[in-house]
Amino acid sequence: MEAVNTYRAGPDEHGHFGIYGGRYVAETLMPLILEVERAYRAACADPAFAAEFDYYLKHYVGRPSPLYFAERLTERLGGAKIYFKRDELNHTGAHKINNTLGQILLARRMGKKRIIAETGAGQHGVATATVCALFGIRCEVYMGATDIERQSPNVFRMKLLGAEVRPVRSGSGTLKDAMNDAVRDWVANVEDTYYLIGTVAGPHPYPVMVRDFQSVIGNEVREQIVEAEGRLPDSLIACIGGGSNALGLFHPFLDDRGVRMIGVEAAGHGIETGEHCASLTAGDPGVLHGNRTYLLQDADGQINEGHSLAAGLDYPGVGPEHAWLRDTGRVEYVSVTDSEALEAFELCSRAEGIIPALEPAHALAYVARIAGDLPRDHLMVMNMCGRGDKDVFTVAGHLGVEL
Amino acid sequence: MSTGSRIGRRFEALKREGRGGLVTFVTAGDPDRRTSMEVFRGLPAAGADVIELGIPFSDPMADGPAIQAASQRALKAGHTLAATLAMVAEFRRDDADTPVILMGYYNPIYVYGVERFVSDAATAGVDALIVVDLPPEECDELLGPAAAVGIDLIFLVAPTTKDDRLPVVLAKAGGFVYYVSITGITGTASAVVTDVAAAVERIRRHTQIPVAVGFGIKTPEQAAEMAGAADAAVVGSAVVAKVAENVDETGAALPGLVEAVLSFVGELADGVRGAGAKGAAQ
Repeated sequence: MEAVNTYRAGPDEHGHFGIYGGRYVAETLMPLILEVERAYRAACADPAFAAEFDYYLKHYVGRPSPLYFAERLTERLGGAKIYFKRDELNHTGAHKINNTLGQILLARRMGKKRIIAETGAGQHGVATATVCALFGIRCEVYMGATDIERQSPNVFRMKLLGAEVRPVRSGSGTLKDAMNDAVRDWVANVEDTYYLIGTVAGPHPYPVMVRDFQSVIGNEVREQIVEAEGRLPDSLIACIGGGSNALGLFHPFLDDRGVRMIGVEAAGHGIETGEHCASLTAGDPGVLHGNRTYLLQDADGQINEGHSLAAGLDYPGVGPEHAWLRDTGRVEYVSVTDSEALEAFELCSRAEGIIPALEPAHALAYVARIAGDLPRDHLMVMNMCGRGDKDVFTVAGHLGVEL
Repeated sequence: MSTGSRIGRRFEALKREGRGGLVTFVTAGDPDRRTSMEVFRGLPAAGADVIELGIPFSDPMADGPAIQAASQRALKAGHTLAATLAMVAEFRRDDADTPVILMGYYNPIYVYGVERFVSDAATAGVDALIVVDLPPEECDELLGPAAAVGIDLIFLVAPTTKDDRLPVVLAKAGGFVYYVSITGITGTASAVVTDVAAAVERIRRHTQIPVAVGFGIKTPEQAAEMAGAADAAVVGSAVVAKVAENVDETGAALPGLVEAVLSFVGELADGVRGAGAKGAAQ
């Protein structure tokens, strides 16, 4: 374990969190990455940028999102006092828009005329298409051909919003391949195009930039929990795919030693089956998509496909800051299987009248696993980072119900 | 004498001949190790002056469809980085002079273990490495160990690499400079020769080492033109496409694959040599 005075100082000037992060990109992209970094630094130093971001978060996204005391679930589990951070109430139904809004404002400052993005389940694609429609900027979204089939409602939503959806057939036709193709597009269209990455991964400065935009979640929780309870929470729990909602919740609390933090990865069919997306639990360090981080890979360094019922967790990597937080021991990383997540999905729907997305259903499953053993004065905040409308077909399929 | 100097000797010889060189790229293990070895072994006689052997990777972000498909064929046939190194060792039993460069992405090397990799690569007879996603900013952990065993790191320079950045890249460059002639991925658009000549001129103001031009060079004519504008032309996707034309729907080699690839390399070599002769006559 690394002894550090603060967990909030990273990354260093080259984008490294310990050995993780960095800028592992081809030379053609290097100057662009450096340009994005300069532009982001300038934006951070400009109060007008923050003011614009805050304005749209409030009036367009609908922030702050409530911090809700889940009373019936708390009673049911019989232990810790459980709060939900209701980021599923944001416009477009997930936390993704916090980031796409921040980045589109940056792209506009940079004078970019065209936005490209990758998407797996389609949530980031929809959030990107939404802000592109808001500002009248051309939008093209790369999406694996396999994902296009299983997420057709989101494909249609993106098209309604005026975006072009580009099917990716290369490789395995999933999220990692969509990311590869988005990078290829960027390399070929360096002058006018901005690549809007959807999670806290990729080359520096993306992991730090996305974390900063998502930190609105944790910053709000700090104020809200103090208002509700007069003190900071005892634990924070969030699901981890790339890790943006979790880092957005955790980061403002990293130096509050009394706050325990737990990131919940997707164990899919079970870690032992090899069919999962738990890169921090069962992966190894490697380099992919511009950063060093934990990856699902074989002994030859070839990237494996992940599996999760939750398409938003289905990525073989994870943000580099999480990799560092794992090694330092500041954050615990655990995993939950498809079937545990499905149980939590049903539990939450019935106990609280909230149909969660399958992604936060993973976090909820872990809440259900530990809450009962904790004292009643333990304050636990779980990030309800997305709503479950998009998942009803998947869940129906697994419950054997025909719609 | 360090093995890395094979590249220097080869470019000096090309200079004496008064022509640009031909650098050919093939993916190791494509479509299977035996066939790939036959192609590799035949390249010098077919006219390749320098050989780039691609390390297959599941996620080749800087490459176009042709080279990605080649990686997938090789991986499907069970190829590994250890097998790639073994191919170089086998090649070196018959050929002590042709420079061999391994080209690929960092992850397989990192996972193999950097120290162990450069040591095994040097023993096998590798002269240099091109690691596409390892820019100068991130290369130190590989550069030191590679230098210690006499292996050069070759860096890419792109049209987006402006003058203020060139010294950053070239300070660490060994072997030759690989000029990526287009903003794009391998095997797609082709560059205009006058733009390339201007870029090569720009690079030469910052370095003494040779400059090879690649990306989008598909025909003997283009190879001749680009080799004439620099010190060498790199042809990759077009060579790999010849492999693709000679496999069945499962990706297995058809009879005649080796001959088809080598005969295409022969045409490229004739092109480059013709241009050199013309250049010398002028």
